[in-house]
Amino acid sequence: MAEVLLRVTGLVAGYAAPVAGPLGFELRRGEILGLAGPNGAGKSTLLKALWGGVRVFGGHIEKAPGLAISHQAQGFDDLRGVPLTGRELLGLTGATPDGLPPWLAGRLGERLDRLSGGQLQFLRLWACLAVPADLILLDEPTNNLDRAGVAYLADWLGRAHSGQGIVVVSHDHGLIDAVCTRVVEVGA
Amino acid sequence: MNFDLLLDPLFRVPFLTGLLLAALLPLIGMYLRLRHEWLAALAFAQMASAGALLAMVAGWPMILGGVLAALVAALAKGLMARAGAGAYALMMLLAWGGGVLLVANHPLAEQAGHALFDGQLYFTGDGHLLAAGIACAVVVPLLSWLSRPLLLGRLFPEFYRARGLDARPRLMLFDLIAGLSVALATVSLGVMAAFALVFVPPLVAYRFARSWRAGMALSAVIGMGGYSVSFAVSLGLDQPFGPVCAVVLVMLVASASLDPSRM
Repeated sequence: MAEVLLRVTGLVAGYAAPVAGPLGFELRRGEILGLAGPNGAGKSTLLKALWGGVRVFGGHIEKAPGLAISHQAQGFDDLRGVPLTGRELLGLTGATPDGLPPWLAGRLGERLDRLSGGQLQFLRLWACLAVPADLILLDEPTNNLDRAGVAYLADWLGRAHSGQGIVVVSHDHGLIDAVCTRVVEVGA
Repeated sequence: MNFDLLLDPLFRVPFLTGLLLAALLPLIGMYLRLRHEWLAALAFAQMASAGALLAMVAGWPMILGGVLAALVAALAKGLMARAGAGAYALMMLLAWGGGVLLVANHPLAEQAGHALFDGQLYFTGDGHLLAAGIACAVVVPLLSWLSRPLLLGRLFPEFYRARGLDARPRLMLFDLIAGLSVALATVSLGVMAAFALVFVPPLVAYRFARSWRAGMALSAVIGMGGYSVSFAVSLGLDQPFGPVCAVVLVMLVASASLDPSRM
């Protein structure tokens, strides 16, 4: 049986006060866990709590020793006018360009503000996905992606990733149903 | 007009001092602009000028006073990070008020104050050149090392925290070297020339560079080019360096047809 990367029990998280939880699950290498639930249920807050991005009010998070985490957050800063190429962006997070879709692989030498919104979003997502990390946390990864990006992401996630564990928060039920090996409901 | 002065050995040290700083300041400005902190350069410069004046009145070397004041400003910037541009405005008001009061009440400070605001580059000496050389030798490799955390801080602010690492010491180090570099430039080139060299070359480089690495190189080239033209014009036409440098660099922006609404 694959190594347990994360064991979460009774997790309650929030900011000034608790806003989400309790949540419990176990994640092993090779698994893709979906966090589902209605808007406002606190899925993104719970995802952030997994790496310490928000305050934990209760419960316990047990991580495998030396666990390397990559988190793709919702909402990025506007990069218009910043002279950075796609290759430089991937280099920052240590992401490999191997496996990029053909419609993006050939444009890595261009400035980010020359790419379409969907291409830029996919590249940012890829910079968090294709990194040497044990656990990848994806928060609404299909937001602002075009149809080609969503299809490629679903295909990529659908392939076996035995070395990593992935937690996905998404309102896109199609994506959750297609790629997740298990789904945990988060109550409102 | 007397452009023969350009060949006078008397002006070699001031020219070289300014040239080194004109290469360095735009590199600092590239990261300040990235972090939406370019106004901090003006706050550092104002604080350095007030510190230099205070040091002179106290009988200390002006360069020491400028550097110490900039260190205080860098520390304050770090502690008041959440205040953002408001913190820089407060520092500028404090430094301006203190500096003008010193100038108004101390005869020696009046002369030095004019030099700092006009940018009397021609009075810089070997000590300034040595300091500028050391600053370049130390700051350029440090910036190279800090580049990744600074870029990640803007593009992926959660990168380090998600990995259990703290990027704040490195970001604080950047504040310190930015403050020191601007302070050194302020006591050598004057307040507004130092600010112009931090602000304008990156503005052009962001617009035209094809990559970050190219942007760094382009901003340094623009800084050195703009500075050299300003030096020649101010010396040849017997004009104060600071205003000439500011005007030349702004004209460069205008000639590059940059859209002011995107600055």
